[in-house]
Amino acid sequence: MAKIKLKPKARKGVISIKALIKHPMETGLRKKKGKLVPANHIMSMVVLHNGTKMVNADIGSSVSKDPYFKFKVPGAKGDTITLKYKDNLGKTGTKTAKSK
Amino acid sequence: MKRRLFLKSAMAGSAVATAVGAGLLMPSTVFAASAEFKAMSNKTKASAASASAGSFKFKAPKIAENGAVVPMEIDASKMSDVSNISVLVRNNTTPLAASFNLSGAVGFVSTRIKMGKTSKVDALVTAGGHATKVTKEVKVTIGGCGG
Repeated sequence: MAKIKLKPKARKGVISIKALIKHPMETGLRKKKGKLVPANHIMSMVVLHNGTKMVNADIGSSVSKDPYFKFKVPGAKGDTITLKYKDNLGKTGTKTAKSK
Repeated sequence: MKRRLFLKSAMAGSAVATAVGAGLLMPSTVFAASAEFKAMSNKTKASAASASAGSFKFKAPKIAENGAVVPMEIDASKMSDVSNISVLVRNNTTPLAASFNLSGAVGFVSTRIKMGKTSKVDALVTAGGHATKVTKEVKVTIGGCGG
């Protein structure tokens, strides 16, 4: 499973969530030694705040390799933030972190 | 020479065939973005064409040295009821880079995208059912989307 870094930080009632997912994000258009590299990219991502869905993202292949995201969610210190993703090969990843 | 080529292609073909047969790869989704996403991309592109100018902040570099990593930031935190933030790169094969459906979150998204070549980038923010956009041109010196 791919690694996910998740760092939520609360300040003045707003949690800013920084997320870094380790993922190759192949577009399926790139060639390596004359052959196409099969596409392998994240398709959907969900951010949950204390169990409620806050962000539901549809991600295309034109997001950078090892994608980085930043969101802001109203909340306080100690709230749990969960990030889930699914790629086009059906692989999923989950990470939960407590807000600082 | 011809025979060698034939053998090579036959072997490559069979390897792909077995992978498909095993259900590991769906033929339609292996190369290039899925049809579903393309449809969504077209829809977003259409709505971007008719969107009025927005009053949110959209940060993107004027010149991106490396097209594989172009940072952008869309700050619509002053707008209320933001339901969707999308990024469209007009000259990419699939223009839609990402679409974020926000429910309860502040209208703020920052991410990094790939760009094939110099293009206009549209940031589309839907707030209260009304779509607005801000366009910026980003110059790319090295492409990031394949050869």
